[in-house]
Amino acid sequence: MTPRHRRMVGVAAILAGVGAAALLARLAFEENLLYFFSPSQIAAGEAPVERKFRVGGLVTPGSVQRDPGSLTVRFVVTDNRHSIPVRYSGVLPDLFKEGKGVVANGRLDGQGGFVAEEVLAKHDENYMPPEVADSMHPPQPGGGGG
Amino acid sequence: MIPELGHFALVLALLLAAAQAVLGLAGGARGRAELLRATGPAVAGQFIFVLVAFAALVVSFVNGDFSVEYVAANSNASLPLFYRITATWGGHEGSLLLWALCLAGWSLAVALCSRRLEPEFRARVLGLLGIIAVGFLLFLLTTSNPFARLWPAAADGRDLNPLLQDFALAIHPPLLYLGYVGFAVAFAFACAALLAGRLDAQWAKWTRPWTLAAWICLTLGIALGSWWAYYELGWGGWWFWDPVENASLMPWLAGTALIHSLAVTEKRGLFVNWTLLLAVAAFSLSLLGTFLVRSGVLISVHAFATDPARGLFILGFLAVVIGGALGLFAWRAPRAAAGGGFAVTSRESFLLFNNALLVVALALVLLGTLYPLFLDALELGKISVGPPYFEAVFLVPMLPLVLLLGLGMHAGWKRGGLAGNGPRLAWLGGAALLVAAVIAAAVYGGIRPLATLGLALGLWVMASALLVLLARRLSGARLPATIVGMSIAHFGLGLTTLGIAGVEAFQVERDTALAAGEGAELAGYEFRLIGLRHGLRGPNYVATEAEVAVMDGDRRLATLRPQKRVYDSGGNPMTEAGIAVGAARDLFAALGEDLGGGRWSLRLQYKPLIRGIWLGALLMALGGLIAAADRRYRREAGEGAR
Repeated sequence: MTPRHRRMVGVAAILAGVGAAALLARLAFEENLLYFFSPSQIAAGEAPVERKFRVGGLVTPGSVQRDPGSLTVRFVVTDNRHSIPVRYSGVLPDLFKEGKGVVANGRLDGQGGFVAEEVLAKHDENYMPPEVADSMHPPQPGGGGG
Repeated sequence: MIPELGHFALVLALLLAAAQAVLGLAGGARGRAELLRATGPAVAGQFIFVLVAFAALVVSFVNGDFSVEYVAANSNASLPLFYRITATWGGHEGSLLLWALCLAGWSLAVALCSRRLEPEFRARVLGLLGIIAVGFLLFLLTTSNPFARLWPAAADGRDLNPLLQDFALAIHPPLLYLGYVGFAVAFAFACAALLAGRLDAQWAKWTRPWTLAAWICLTLGIALGSWWAYYELGWGGWWFWDPVENASLMPWLAGTALIHSLAVTEKRGLFVNWTLLLAVAAFSLSLLGTFLVRSGVLISVHAFATDPARGLFILGFLAVVIGGALGLFAWRAPRAAAGGGFAVTSRESFLLFNNALLVVALALVLLGTLYPLFLDALELGKISVGPPYFEAVFLVPMLPLVLLLGLGMHAGWKRGGLAGNGPRLAWLGGAALLVAAVIAAAVYGGIRPLATLGLALGLWVMASALLVLLARRLSGARLPATIVGMSIAHFGLGLTTLGIAGVEAFQVERDTALAAGEGAELAGYEFRLIGLRHGLRGPNYVATEAEVAVMDGDRRLATLRPQKRVYDSGGNPMTEAGIAVGAARDLFAALGEDLGGGRWSLRLQYKPLIRGIWLGALLMALGGLIAAADRRYRREAGEGAR
């Protein structure tokens, strides 16, 4: 190949690569993006009904319940203005704790609750995920509600 | 007193780094002998004072000086000595000091090992490294001083995050930083070459061993991090596509592309501009990684702190480094230096594909990592890009990359052809596919297309790498260290591919609730909870330990002892997985929590071939080491200078 040919092949290869990559990235993006919604946004009906998304907030103290001997656990996630009950079946992460920040991936169950496929609390115990920190409201007397 | 000494040493190091930058660059430009001679001692002085500062911090940790804010935040009186030392780099300030120490160490190594470079070129390289050192030391002193005092002093420290109290994670940051910072050397070589206007094969030959050294450290650092995540985070995953992991993967991809394109530049004088850009990219991505991890912009395991001043400083520094380097590139890059042509099947072509595919992979990871940040910054919503995105898009450049690699290793320079190995390779390819299909069907009970392809590609690269050595041996050709290293590294990549394909396709995972005496079936084995022991005392924690027997029929195959630890300094319990290691598969159990009714939750996993991932990475690093030690770099570097 002459240098000219080589450049042309090179440019064509790069264009094809970039094009294919862009197309794929777009497809993969649309399928796998997870949007974040706070309990208040869910209460306002902003969260999708069909799609998976993430919810985050604080685990309401005293809300964690489990059937003895079962992997299924229920807890309430709140942003101090609204809250949503969450159901999850599996091993909870070490950093999951009442009164601490949590993020859960999953979908709405159609009855006002949220079914989590994954519960994330992958952070330092004193650290709050920024999206949760941003969505929190100041604590209200009587808490949650709604 | 000791912290003040450290602080003072850091200030002196900053002054010496500034001297190193000025002397080096002025000396390089003017060619004045006294300036050139003074650069080396400035480098040595900078190294010594950074080392003194680092030692002062280590001593503060060992003594448990909780009047130092950083020590109080990251250590604790009950911490064992080893972790008290490693806690030095367990937080933000200390890890930046480690960064600066790595940089000073690399600079000193360059000063000592490149006496035979042209004096002006060497001075410029050291001067550029001095500029980077000034940036980092300023960053440390102005925003992240590790020696800041706490008044009144704390009675006891807050403790090192228990997740970090682990051997692999203790040595993971130093290796990772050596890799990150090592690309500064390649970067400085590239910029010095641009300044000097000498962009030839000789420059590539000088750069290669340094780039390889950095790449080896980064490879090992990433592999250690992955191994740690596997056994320590309690999830049994080996890669999470967490932004912090991506931050280390991106410079690795750029660095891998760089070591390959340097080969073409050295051998054939081609791809010069491209190689320069990659050298700039590798270091810029290392800085970007530091920014992502240290500015607290991410939601992730490692994002422990938030401080906008720090983020802005690194962002500004990043802009100066990238902007400066690209400006220099635009100004001085060779105008279409006409190299020779090469055939489609030549090694140059294969390396071109290698680079294109690696850069595509890099771009896809970069997009997935930064896109959520951009959206968030523009207030367009909060999203996260999950592992499924990365898993899907990463395969697209990687599958052809690994496929072509098996051929490319045999391709000749310039005119191409497979050096008579064409028929053998065809056989090997067919055999790899057949063996993979048989393994998938016989061992894992099903020929799944993607899984079989992955296994076949791994076997194919391993076989092809061995053929390189064998064919040369049989034909009596010379076997230089670079070829041996290349084959071993590629064999390692094949092994890693095999491991990834095996574990991703055939792993089985299950969360169960078990009482003592009960068992759960997983991948043909029975995991039986024998019992639990409470109140086991460790050096600074109390653990609950489960005994899990893995039964194959009536035979006890292995005993797993997963633990749940509660550290004395308080905080949440930590999971310590129980793992039975095997060449063919790992058996894994992590202890969850007391579910009531005598039952505990357990996460059980069957992980086929997972060891191949890290063993392969070790071989890649070993291959790099052998190649970097090739005699020709030492001998001909001297000849070029004369």
